Amino acid sequence: MLPGNEAIEAIILTVKLATLTTLVLLLIATPIAWWLSVTASRWRAPISALVTLPLVLPPSVLGFYLLVAMGPDGPLGRLTLALGWGTLSFTFIGLLIGSIIFSLPFAVQPIQHAFEAIGPRPMEVAATLRAQPLDAFFNVALPLARPGLVTAAILSFAHTVGEFGVVLMIGGNIPGKTRVVSTQIYGHVEAMEYAQAHWLAGGMVLLSFAVLLALSLMKRRLGRVLP
Amino acid sequence: MGSLTASAQAAEVSVAVASNFTAPMQKIAAAFEQDTGYKAVLAFGSTGKFYAQIRNGAPFQIMLSADDETPARLEREGFGVSGTRFTYAIGRLVLWSRQPGAVDDKGEVLSRGRFERIALADPKLSPYGAAAVEVLKGLDLMSALAPRIVQGENIAQTYQFVATGNAELGFVALSQVFADGKLTQGSAWTVPASLHTPIRQDAVVLGAGKANAAALALMAYLRNDKARTIIRSFGYNH
Repeated sequence: MLPGNEAIEAIILTVKLATLTTLVLLLIATPIAWWLSVTASRWRAPISALVTLPLVLPPSVLGFYLLVAMGPDGPLGRLTLALGWGTLSFTFIGLLIGSIIFSLPFAVQPIQHAFEAIGPRPMEVAATLRAQPLDAFFNVALPLARPGLVTAAILSFAHTVGEFGVVLMIGGNIPGKTRVVSTQIYGHVEAMEYAQAHWLAGGMVLLSFAVLLALSLMKRRLGRVLP
Repeated sequence: MGSLTASAQAAEVSVAVASNFTAPMQKIAAAFEQDTGYKAVLAFGSTGKFYAQIRNGAPFQIMLSADDETPARLEREGFGVSGTRFTYAIGRLVLWSRQPGAVDDKGEVLSRGRFERIALADPKLSPYGAAAVEVLKGLDLMSALAPRIVQGENIAQTYQFVATGNAELGFVALSQVFADGKLTQGSAWTVPASLHTPIRQDAVVLGAGKANAAALALMAYLRNDKARTIIRSFGYNH
């Protein structure tokens, strides 16, 4: 059986979620990664641990806490209710927030490692040439960290596509809003519709392989650009 | 040594239990162990997942399904032992909110209430979800409520959506909000059984349990008065 409209809807939603997650993550993760790579603050270790936490927490834990936090008694839920936005669970925005948290370490770590690999020297040189710090950051550090940014973007995208537990916990399985490919596959398997499950699951395996292959090829090419 | 291991194994039965039957089965397993000396090792989950696992060699010896179709299918496909199937409980559906007074005892909140979201289990996966859809269609409310419906992948998750307040109300299994003959929390409308097809929950002995004394003892135990009283105290018909 060929994949139908439901599958296409789920694929479009998944790509939309992964794209937005990646864009937001690049914006958030870059300053965090920069700060982690240069600071000597005593807050560095705890913040670093906090950023890495989603990597080790089971998605069921993350999803459950997100559900509670977004609920009417949770801190996030109280805030959004007070602002007149309703609660975020079972909405696309809620899913986006969950995905950003879930993939945060996958964006921060490659960028941070790239900044650390550059070392303080290029920025010091820029400073002696009278570049303002912000100017130096955008014109020296960021271009040099490009391989890290590319890795972060690809990993964030791929990790969001592969996200399952968090979506299951806070999504509510609404077609076109919160039913992504991974939960759709799960639904097919549970409903014993193995043919449809195979189509989507097989596609997912191929896509994931392609992403990782592209990543490793790109890394080799970009790697040569670095000093 | 070999015979010791064999007898230790024979004294145990491994049971796949539909998640809506979690609470009563824990009680029944404790009573079963006390009365017979056999131990029931329980795994809780969704019927669809257990089906996939059993077909792929999961070592369960009994399945307590959330429906009557899956055990029949397992038997047809040669994974269930023929002649062992029986209905151990008939599930009751309840419209539940954790807020006292939110749900009236006639379910009129469905047509008149102001709520953002109503949770039900995925009707494709859960007989309780299918029954909920049947009720909403029967009351001619399906199209009006469709934009407000959120789905849990099983009845336990549906309960979680309502229990955390993320959905103001939802259709769950009576057994989840009912203990010792009364509602444990919030407000509820026990949906009249006439509004949906009966939720027959069947048990079946699986291939691995065919020659297991503990498995056969548990199947018999589920039909005795003690087990039936426990099952009824959680709001199931029997």
